[in-house]
Amino acid sequence: MSNTATATTAIPEPSAATCGAVDKSGEIRLSPEQLDALGAELDAIRQRVIDDRGEADVNYIRRVIKAQRGLEVAGRGLLFVGFLPPAWLAGTTALSISKILDNMEIGHNVMHGQFDWTNDPKLSSKGFEWDTACPADQWRHSHNYLHHTHTNIVGKDRDIGYGVLRMSEDQDWRPYYLGNPLYAALLATFFQYGVALHDVETERIAAGETTLKEKRDVLNGIWHKVRRQTLKDYVLFPALSGPGFLFTLAGNATANLTRNLWAFTIIFCGHFPDGTQEFSEEETADETRGEWYFRQVLGSANLEGGKLFHILAGNLSHQIEHHLFPDLPANRYAAISIEVREICERYGIPYNSGPLAKQFGSVVRKICRLALPDRGSRKLGRLAAAH
Amino acid sequence: MTATATEPPKPRRMGQRILGSGLLDLLAGPPGVDGYLEQIRPAWGVQDRRAEVIAADRRTPDAVTLALRANLAWEGFESGQFVQVAVEIDGSRRTRSYSLASAAGPGRTLELTVKAHPEGLVSNFLVENARPGMVLGLGPAEGDFRIPLERPERLLLISAGSGITPVMSMLRTLCAEDHNGSITFLHYAPDPGRAIYRDELEQIAAVHPNVRLVRSYTRAPGAGEADGHFSRSQLAEIDPGYAAAETFACGPPALLDALREAWGAEDLELRLHLESFVSSTLAPASGVPEGSIHFANSGVRIENSGAVLLEQAESAGLSPASGCRMGICHTCCCRKTAGTVRNLSTGQLSSNDAEEIQICISAPVGDVVVDL
Repeated sequence: MSNTATATTAIPEPSAATCGAVDKSGEIRLSPEQLDALGAELDAIRQRVIDDRGEADVNYIRRVIKAQRGLEVAGRGLLFVGFLPPAWLAGTTALSISKILDNMEIGHNVMHGQFDWTNDPKLSSKGFEWDTACPADQWRHSHNYLHHTHTNIVGKDRDIGYGVLRMSEDQDWRPYYLGNPLYAALLATFFQYGVALHDVETERIAAGETTLKEKRDVLNGIWHKVRRQTLKDYVLFPALSGPGFLFTLAGNATANLTRNLWAFTIIFCGHFPDGTQEFSEEETADETRGEWYFRQVLGSANLEGGKLFHILAGNLSHQIEHHLFPDLPANRYAAISIEVREICERYGIPYNSGPLAKQFGSVVRKICRLALPDRGSRKLGRLAAAH
Repeated sequence: MTATATEPPKPRRMGQRILGSGLLDLLAGPPGVDGYLEQIRPAWGVQDRRAEVIAADRRTPDAVTLALRANLAWEGFESGQFVQVAVEIDGSRRTRSYSLASAAGPGRTLELTVKAHPEGLVSNFLVENARPGMVLGLGPAEGDFRIPLERPERLLLISAGSGITPVMSMLRTLCAEDHNGSITFLHYAPDPGRAIYRDELEQIAAVHPNVRLVRSYTRAPGAGEADGHFSRSQLAEIDPGYAAAETFACGPPALLDALREAWGAEDLELRLHLESFVSSTLAPASGVPEGSIHFANSGVRIENSGAVLLEQAESAGLSPASGCRMGICHTCCCRKTAGTVRNLSTGQLSSNDAEEIQICISAPVGDVVVDL
């Protein structure tokens, strides 16, 4: 078997000893021994990367940061002459990419603690703040802790639907959900505010489980962040542009919108394309390490693309690897994915991966399908077929 | 006649005030103004203290003297104080304290001398690799070991080895102020070849008649103005009037203990000011939990039970932030300022550095200080 790290590497056939069995409902099951072995193999990858982390990784993230800062300055600068159409276009594009890089490849990854080992205060997960409406400390709580620990567990992972959408058959249908596609479109358009409001838990307030009063600190934090962001993008920069203020305003709004739509698309492709699985609280109680890894693979989906695509996606295109190793530097995921794919083949675990159009297409179809009440068995079609 | 202290630092210049303004901070967004300044030149910054190495002098085999240019965020220091210096080694930032050796004043040019310790990661790295252009992180000037603003009439400055750095700063500062009072500078080193600042000291003594230089080379008898290690009889010979002087001393624990005893015997403790350069202790070898944990922010101290820091903190009545409790989400991350921990996830022992740790998977090994 060749050892070259390319997509055409021969992948070994699943062997009877390691391969999981598909049960009557079409779901893959591994024995406790298989799960332990899986856990050990993935732990070994994790340890190897941790031992190897060093200058190259920190240089990488600093290069991305340098590019982002440059694009920000270029974008703001060009928009000052935004009355010239090419300048407006270039400026808005530069600013859009700056925001995308700041939120995804830099912000999301730094806040996961991927660079805490550097002891550089600028790369510390605790101190980092990002260019979007959501306060970083609230996001760290709802994402790092809640979403990553309880990934795809219905009732615990609030990223399933963000409190406004129906994204799983396990969420009981209500007439409200007829508007699923509309809510999704609105969420995508105003995504930065949707993310900002995540910790307010509006669906729990609506259900009477908590009150707005209890959320006062959260709301206060959101207000301060939103105010700073709004002043920056919609008041100060336009004001400084003098007579061209409308062009600056439009450019900034377009950049924010572009970031919103792109982030929504990439993020929703992470856990909702056909074939990803959700889990119940019962089946995930007292999970072992191997079981946790197993759930992360089955609950996640990857996107295929070139190196630039992966950087712009914040390496969330490697959602499976990210969910297995959320605090390893994201620039490592591409290399790790080759090993993870091989391990999944050997254990017979479906590895959900596809091009953006295909994966997002299946997400859109799911949103529309779940707007309507279910027909027939819930469990049908939940298992991923190996691609 | 005692010289007065130097003028207080001038108010920040217009450029600094603009760069530090709230408006610019808002426009710059979350990275702040420094997030952009540092892209132009790595040392630049108005809030984050950094310094660029402008010269690295290796005049003795195991030490390097660094001339640094601090950025606009630097607020000055008083002679005798030290700073935390951060240097990046293979992607990871390590912090160590060094006394400033330059004369205190309003300028931004600083000097420090690093001596390589046998097992010192940072000291050896700097002695081998420090070059002009290297950028170091700086903390604020710290420490109570400094000469009072009302300069004493008569001074005795004692040092051994790399302990010379803070008293060198004091000597230079006083000379720059044209201090008239008598200064006796007593320095212990193994031999002349390994004496840091030997040439500078001789120049200063030549120019300033009120400065008396006394060197004792402990492994080269006869080479200096005195011989052997510190003793009370040696002191009486060198400076019979020492009881009237304010004495500032810096060096290894053995020297400082001897000084404390000598001054204590004459009830002169108030005139003796000491600075200790203590090297970090290694982790104990046994598997039995030992040592204590100091939760610095709460002022709580407990015996180490060997359990992970998160559990020990909770048993001690603290409520640190936590999340997954299995080393994934980093919610429980906090700063360990001293001591060693074992990462139960990897089985590995941490370094002794001030560093961020995940308390849900870190078990103390020996004494530990944590910001909780």
